[in-house]
Amino acid sequence: MSAQGLKKGRLAGIVGNHEAEILANWVGEQTAVKGRRGASLNESELRAQCEAFLRAFRESLNGAASTDVESNEWRAVRGMLDELSRARAAKGFSSSEMAFFVMSLKRPLFGLLREIGGDAQSLADTTWEATEILDRMALFTTEVYQKAREEIIARQQEEMLELSTPVVTLWKGILALPMIGTLDSARTQTMMESLLQTILDTGSSIAIIDITGVPTVDTLTAQHLLKTVTAARLMGAECILSGIRPQIAQTIVHLGLDLGGMITKASLADAFAVALERTGRTIVRVRTGPGRESTATAIGMDPPA
Amino acid sequence: MTSKTDTLEVHSSTDIVLIRQAVRKWTAELGFSLVDQTKMITAASELARNALEYGGGGEVRFEQLEKSGRRGLRLTFEDHGPGIPDIEQALTDGFTTGQGMGLGLSGSRRLVNEFEIASTVGEGTRVTITRWK
Repeated sequence: MSAQGLKKGRLAGIVGNHEAEILANWVGEQTAVKGRRGASLNESELRAQCEAFLRAFRESLNGAASTDVESNEWRAVRGMLDELSRARAAKGFSSSEMAFFVMSLKRPLFGLLREIGGDAQSLADTTWEATEILDRMALFTTEVYQKAREEIIARQQEEMLELSTPVVTLWKGILALPMIGTLDSARTQTMMESLLQTILDTGSSIAIIDITGVPTVDTLTAQHLLKTVTAARLMGAECILSGIRPQIAQTIVHLGLDLGGMITKASLADAFAVALERTGRTIVRVRTGPGRESTATAIGMDPPA
Repeated sequence: MTSKTDTLEVHSSTDIVLIRQAVRKWTAELGFSLVDQTKMITAASELARNALEYGGGGEVRFEQLEKSGRRGLRLTFEDHGPGIPDIEQALTDGFTTGQGMGLGLSGSRRLVNEFEIASTVGEGTRVTITRWK
């Protein structure tokens, strides 16, 4: 739709003269149709938002020459809608609830226009102007809302990226990297960086990469793993791959992947035993007895780093 | 006989994750063992990535099959990329024109029961794989 020139002043005058009345009806309109989340916004808060919006709306109407809310004259109103949409998106409002905020202004405004009356031509013109402005603003809020939600999702993805790659110290000189989920390249990159950095920081000589939580190992995943292992080796650390489940083992064989250069173990416990052995330590039973908790203790070990 | 079909698009690496999840769901519904599920998922992952990286994106058709009491899943990967000039060479272990390990196509063939590939240079590539329960 193309923007239309505003009949100077008429709509602005009406809104200006009846601001209090419009505000009361508009707030009433919104509280009457309380959505699922309507309760989470209290009435005084809503009233304050509506009041501030109506003021900006009147001021923009006074100065605006067209119904094009993308234009500079409507900047104040856009800024307010932008802020409001973002705040509501963060609170978990739906996009239709956000659009309703603007749309619900129609009934009070149109009711008023009808009451004031005038000749049919100017009534129709003014109503059309109001409709066009409000529709465009509703579309604008939906767009902002959607953008805000996308930003939230992108941020969460980034947070998960970092969360999913913790490097833990199992013992002095022995690191473990428990991996979970899909190993796409962005995540593998983060993983590789944090592993290599921790190898450097702790001076570890062995790193256990546990893939129990990785559902699929295809050639790309394997390639990423091999690169990580090679990089760690260049830094003087040996990697052990653990958590290879039977179905993954069979798939790797059929795919023709060669993990020959890597030490692999079925479980993290087995890998840890190998790591202890390689660093000159061993686990022995120091007492035999019926109690579960008293049977296995390690000796010949340094305390955890 | 085909009893159920669906089509998914491949245009980003996120789509590959979705395809893997869909294959997992379809094979689980058919009662595939965990090993067979994993084989089919891995083959689908390889071929979807090929369609994305070498074919510039495409689509995957899912078909649930039934033949003389046996049930199976057929996946057809189709792209409109540059095509493969020498299929025999492409199916050789270790051969790649990209950055990969050169095992995707040949490895996928070993993971399934039936494997078909048709490619025309300048028009695109179609790979069909079937695995029976």
